[in-house]
Amino acid sequence: MYRKIEDLVQQAEKLGVPISEIVLQSEIEQNSTTREVVIQQMQHRLEVMRASTQVGLETPVHSRSGLTRGSAHRFWGWLEGEGQPITGPVLSRALARALSTAEVNAGMGCIVATPTAGSAGILPAVLVTLQEAYHYPDEALISALFTAAGIGMVIATRAQIAGAAGGCQAETGSAAAMTAGAVVELRGGNPRQSAQAVAIALKNMLGLVCDPVAGMVEVPCVKRNAAGVGQCFVAVDLAMAGVESVIPADEVIDAMGRIGAHMDERLRETAMGGLAATPTGKALAQEIWSRKS
Amino acid sequence: MSPAPNSIFDIIGPVMVGPSSSHTAGAVRLGLVARALLGDTPQIAKIELHGSFARTGPGHGTDKALIAGLLGMDTADERIRDSFVLAKEAGLVFEFLEADLGEEAHPNSVRFTLTAGDKTLEMSGASVGGGMIQITRLQGRSVQIRAELDTLILIADDRPGTINAVSGWLAAHQINIAFLRLKRDQRGGKAMMVIETDQNIPEALTRDLASLPWVHWVYQIPRLKE
Repeated sequence: MYRKIEDLVQQAEKLGVPISEIVLQSEIEQNSTTREVVIQQMQHRLEVMRASTQVGLETPVHSRSGLTRGSAHRFWGWLEGEGQPITGPVLSRALARALSTAEVNAGMGCIVATPTAGSAGILPAVLVTLQEAYHYPDEALISALFTAAGIGMVIATRAQIAGAAGGCQAETGSAAAMTAGAVVELRGGNPRQSAQAVAIALKNMLGLVCDPVAGMVEVPCVKRNAAGVGQCFVAVDLAMAGVESVIPADEVIDAMGRIGAHMDERLRETAMGGLAATPTGKALAQEIWSRKS
Repeated sequence: MSPAPNSIFDIIGPVMVGPSSSHTAGAVRLGLVARALLGDTPQIAKIELHGSFARTGPGHGTDKALIAGLLGMDTADERIRDSFVLAKEAGLVFEFLEADLGEEAHPNSVRFTLTAGDKTLEMSGASVGGGMIQITRLQGRSVQIRAELDTLILIADDRPGTINAVSGWLAAHQINIAFLRLKRDQRGGKAMMVIETDQNIPEALTRDLASLPWVHWVYQIPRLKE
């Protein structure tokens, strides 16, 4: 059982195993199940995630509202064509996949909420792209998913993961932190470096508000998934190099929880503040709502 | 705020059709539970939407998701977006209304009034975050059911030995009780038992319980799978 990131790190260090193993063991014990069943369930999720990163690259995905349409397809076409992304070959492809999953979600396609539907693009995009770049076997990706899940469990328990409760920092911030910690393990970093990556990724997304235009999980959510991927890459490389966060991961998580509690209700998924309250945001909302009634 | 997760698959999951775990996946689950309680595909459905379900529901596909659940689809079914057409094929006639379900009601609340043949059901529930749901009213009685485990709901006479009898029936089928709640309206009146179990409850067992003279009605909700 773990309640803190520090618990995960200490238990992993004590047993000389990765964080993923601690999370897997705990799941088996807490829910009286078997290793095979848990791994199989995670494998299924990995497959759904992978498909969601691909769909939007191949065909332009449109949402019902029309607010989001084919960004992943456009970006991917640019990358495969004349595009010279300053984000480089790995990050740029991860950005495209994050857009894909987020657009599939907006278009009522199938995704895995990681940890929420609105932030579902970050974890799969990063894992699928790293597998492409570094040829990790599926087993390594599944282990990374356990690590991500354990980090998410701590965040959901100590703070929150819903935009309505804590703003976008609770959704894409948590997703970026989960992914960063998991990727450090995938890249051969130690448990303490995973915790550093969690701290750095979440720190860099503190305060981000949830201000969706017309209340839809589309604007700015789709591009925030790409942004979360970027933050994840920043945190992973800093942590892998041994750069440390002055504020430990658990304290960053607690700070995120408190910031969420302080956040004005208008900035927590009510579509009453931020981008939703801009002239363009309001006009779009009016247009969408008049179409419905 | 959402309750703390029980499983890593609350964090890496649910597997679902977008765009919103609360407005889409939770809505499918509410429809699924209503269908299970009715015990059939409804022929007529009146669906009253409250709060945020009424306001932002259509944009999130909440309406299509509720109907999909009534038709028996799960949260990952890609046909959710076509559920209105599929409802027609299945002979389900539905109407959506906006309603005020009271100040106490969660913003994402819905009330179903369903008919299938001679069976009718009135159920209210809410989508409380991350795809998790809570059933709040059943056939005019207030309840608190999360539907994460197999659930049995009984209305029985308030008299000695009823819990013993029901738990005995369950034990005989090797079914372990995870949670049990009992509430009565008045002494010697009617008592409601909500029993959540670790194992599946066979339908035959529910029928047997329903035939007992001191049992007024029994409802069963199978565990929601993803």
